[in-house]
Amino acid sequence: MMTPRRPVFKAIWLFALLAMATTPAAAAAAPALADAAGNYRIASSSTVQFSVPQTGGGGGIAGKFAKFSGGFRIDGSNIERSSVEFTLYPESVRSSERRIEDFLRSSAVFDTANYQTVTFRSTSVTQTGADSATVVGTLTARGKARKERFEVTLTDWNKRSIAFTIRGSIRRAPYGMDVGTPIYSNVVEFDMNIRGQKR
Amino acid sequence: MLRNSESGFGAVTIVLHWAIAVLILGLILLGFVMRRTEIDPALQFSLYQWHKSFGFTVLGLAVLRAVWWSIERNPAPPPGLGPLEHTAAQIMHRALIVLALIVALAGWAVASTSTLNIPSFYFNLIVIPHLPLRQSEASEAFWTFAHALLAYLMLGLVAGHAAAAFYHHFLRRDEVLVRMLRPGARRRDAKTFNTQENDDTLVERK
Ligand code: HEM
Ligand code: HEM
Repeated sequence: MMTPRRPVFKAIWLFALLAMATTPAAAAAAPALADAAGNYRIASSSTVQFSVPQTGGGGGIAGKFAKFSGGFRIDGSNIERSSVEFTLYPESVRSSERRIEDFLRSSAVFDTANYQTVTFRSTSVTQTGADSATVVGTLTARGKARKERFEVTLTDWNKRSIAFTIRGSIRRAPYGMDVGTPIYSNVVEFDMNIRGQKR
Repeated sequence: MLRNSESGFGAVTIVLHWAIAVLILGLILLGFVMRRTEIDPALQFSLYQWHKSFGFTVLGLAVLRAVWWSIERNPAPPPGLGPLEHTAAQIMHRALIVLALIVALAGWAVASTSTLNIPSFYFNLIVIPHLPLRQSEASEAFWTFAHALLAYLMLGLVAGHAAAAFYHHFLRRDEVLVRMLRPGARRRDAKTFNTQENDDTLVERK
């Protein structure tokens, strides 16, 4: 759909981004780093959507996760020292029909009976533009931890909250979730709108 | 050898018959296991896809067989077959020819109407499009039922059909089954025909 075809995965949270207030062009959109600095809790109004394209075109599988939690810290002196941590509860997966949700929860995919959470913990944040950043971190699902990458773009901010879109393409096979390939793509596209509320 | 003759089946008829027979029996077993037993969901997903691929293979072969059967001559009934038996066999064969086609088509209709909209990726090689039927829960339920009912009905007929073949072979000791095994098979020794005692002549017929 979008984004580079690099592995990456689910939820993430980033934040990072803000442009430096010193960059005149970006000044209107992005807050001064000092203003944005702080600890944020990921608000439940955030959305975490995913889609898996299918062979021969057609909708593929699309869905979202209703339950997640996490937070991030934007470092006031160096954005690259910011961090994020995110937990997703795959039991809360929603899709177009019950059969698909049950299948996603089953041992074929998330195996929610044995693994209640999917987590992401950032290891590095790299600013890539006035209002964008790349967040790399460890994604853990079904007991497997791998390095994944997400692209973050600032969309909105005010004194108390800040919002980003976060995208990533995650290969599912390494997590033991290769069921349905090659009918369904190995690459899951994540598209999240994450809003952080200052603590 | 390829064509049927006055007295027996040619290789084309025989190969189609057994290929379809093996695939159909395998598909019924597979269909039952994947749908009605507790199995690992990932394995179940794969079995469905195998079922569809082999099912399409049967559909292709069944079309060939139906065409071949209608243009090719029918061998004369084996000697010793009463007119009633002959008619019963003819009806059975027609029913099996038609059922193989419609069971497979009904399966295709299940895949096509399912709201899951899972592509049929024939042996992971090419996508076979869905039939132009509307996807809805009701229509998927209908075709699922029709496909299952017709498949098990066909299984019942096949049981009768195979039982008749074995009856002819082991009890009547005529050439019915042998004809379907070897192209242009000779008649069984005339002497053993219609006699139930004389084992020796039968035993090692090659
Ligand atoms: C002559 C060939 C075929 C035979 C004998 C056959 C037989 C069966 C049987 C016995 C079942 C299980 C029914 C039950 O217990 O409820 C089944 C299910 C099924 N078959 Fe076939 N099948 C054939 C061809 C196909 C084809 C060509 C397709 C699709 C392209 C197909 C798709 C399905 C599907 C999707 C199911 C599962 C239905 C459900 O779970 O809702 N079949 N088949
Ligand atoms: C174990 C299983 C089977 C056995 C032992 C068997 C045996 C036979 C035999 C001996 C014949 C020749 C009958 C004659 O000379 O008129 C025959 C014909 C036929 N069988 Fe089967 N069969 C089996 C399974 C099947 C299955 C699964 C189907 C299809 C769905 C099928 C469809 C037919 C048809 C259509 C004919 C007529 C062929 C023609 O006239 O060209 N059979 N079978």
